Amino acid sequence: MTTDLTMRAVPGPIRADYLVVSQLIAPGSKVLDVGCGDGGLLKLLRDEKGVDGRGIELSREGVNRCVAEGLAVIQGDADTDLAFYPDDAFDVVILSQTIQATRAPRVVLEHMLRIGKQAVVSFPNFGHWRLRLQLVTRGRMPTSENLPYHWYDTPNIHFCTIRDFVDLVREVEAVIDHSTALDGWGREVRVNAPWWFWNFFGEQAVFKLRGKR
Amino acid sequence: MAHPRRISDELARQQADQPAGEVARFGADEPLMLDAGISLAPFQIAYRTYGTLNAEKSNAILVCHALTGDQHVASKNPVTGKPGWWEIMIGPGKPIDTERYFVISSNVLGGCMGTTGPASTDPATGEPYGLSLPLITIPDMVRAQSMLVKRLGIDTLFSVVGGSMGGMQVLQWAAQYRDRVFSAMPIATAARHSAQNIAFHEVGRQAIMADPEWRGGRYLAESARPLAGLAVARMAAHITYLSDAALHRKFGRRFQDRDAPTFSFDADFQVESYLRYQGEAFVERFDANSYLYVTRAMDYFDIAADHGGSLAKAFAGTKTRFCVVSFTSDWLFPTADSRQVVHALNAAGASVSFAEITSDKGHDAFLLDEPELFAITRGFLESAARARGIA
Repeated sequence: MTTDLTMRAVPGPIRADYLVVSQLIAPGSKVLDVGCGDGGLLKLLRDEKGVDGRGIELSREGVNRCVAEGLAVIQGDADTDLAFYPDDAFDVVILSQTIQATRAPRVVLEHMLRIGKQAVVSFPNFGHWRLRLQLVTRGRMPTSENLPYHWYDTPNIHFCTIRDFVDLVREVEAVIDHSTALDGWGREVRVNAPWWFWNFFGEQAVFKLRGKR
Repeated sequence: MAHPRRISDELARQQADQPAGEVARFGADEPLMLDAGISLAPFQIAYRTYGTLNAEKSNAILVCHALTGDQHVASKNPVTGKPGWWEIMIGPGKPIDTERYFVISSNVLGGCMGTTGPASTDPATGEPYGLSLPLITIPDMVRAQSMLVKRLGIDTLFSVVGGSMGGMQVLQWAAQYRDRVFSAMPIATAARHSAQNIAFHEVGRQAIMADPEWRGGRYLAESARPLAGLAVARMAAHITYLSDAALHRKFGRRFQDRDAPTFSFDADFQVESYLRYQGEAFVERFDANSYLYVTRAMDYFDIAADHGGSLAKAFAGTKTRFCVVSFTSDWLFPTADSRQVVHALNAAGASVSFAEITSDKGHDAFLLDEPELFAITRGFLESAARARGIA
């Protein structure tokens, strides 16, 4: 799970994935943002969509900033604390740019599908052509502006590609209600393109899922 | 020449029956049903208020005090002459802003600052209650506070705030009177007292009862005082309010007014001198039997046990907004205790914020200058005030 904004895979004042995620949330829903950082998305959702938002964040600084802003955020860990929420406690559970930093992504995703009627997951796509190119040409673990860490100091311990993620979705028997890939400029990659195309040109992806009930 | 201790002792004795500030008296027609199965009447609650209750009566904050605290949260203490114990938090423009909120603080049942406790005069005998007062619990304290709040004409409290034992009362309020608590801020506390904490309390109580001047609890009637025992109890407890790091930073192994050990049992070390001072200062303002009663109330506290073993059940369906706060170096009420409360609140579907604040000051951090605590308190109350429509 990410620890603070600087560990976010995608920094920046207006995060493209926030806007995409926000479009997927119905006004007035009850939302849990797992790994909510400094509460940017929660604030956006509260102000723009009037959602009843809650958050979990690992870093003390992030939590304290959120609470001082009046957001209902708890200091906690996606890997250990989701277990305490009852089934269907939220309309939507969001995991934004965080799944790659969890210890057990599958368990986290299963909990999200259990405690939320829907789950929204955004993550950096490790199958993006620029990262592939780096590995092929330089023979080293890829880094980028958005993924600036070295292999030995990164909080991102479970990278996946879009196709990997789709496999996991099938594995946990969830249904994809919506999916989007964003390019390096935060623009949506051509809709209705095949998975391999997204997996090559998408720098990040946003999925809206629901569990089979 | 009158000994200064005698003067403050008289002051403290006087406060037990005729406290400075306001007093709410409840007669035989309004008895308090105690968990011990006895109904207490008459009894009184000593309290203070700060700020102004708005016309809608929607801006009242009840501040609950810790084990040895009192109702004088934001004004001079009548016994010690020192500022109120939470003036850093409560006052005009402070995080709990008395220009905006109406703050109520009462001395707990079993206390010795004017609410009925073992040092109060039993109207039936004209003598101090001593051990003839039934044992008190945290729910009893909260029931008494609820009667006070009703007496003040307030139906729903905008917030209940408190640290340590004050936090226990906050949780009890939220569990027992959920519809009358709009928001709750339990700080450095737990939903049940741990075995370790019961153990520390037992050491303190045994120190008091081992003092021959305790006289089987009848010291007030016999004009004696178990000062040595109470001081030792305070010294032992005081260590638990600090942390290894805080003690090291404050005192290290430095000597007190000397360059070398004296090869005696004198207070060679600064930390010894400090603890002795803490013990001596405490006995001037606190009643030994009160210490027994109030520590016992904390020991018995276990919200889950009162709800079939499930803490989540105690808060099921609650609409109250919670903000739980703990401190990293607090080993008396460690973060794990707060986390247990948070998990139960999550399971109950409650709106909850939880922050662990980095501090090396131990349990006492909640009383000290902790800017993050102030920012969090301000932010939490601010957003709750918006939700409640308080201007």
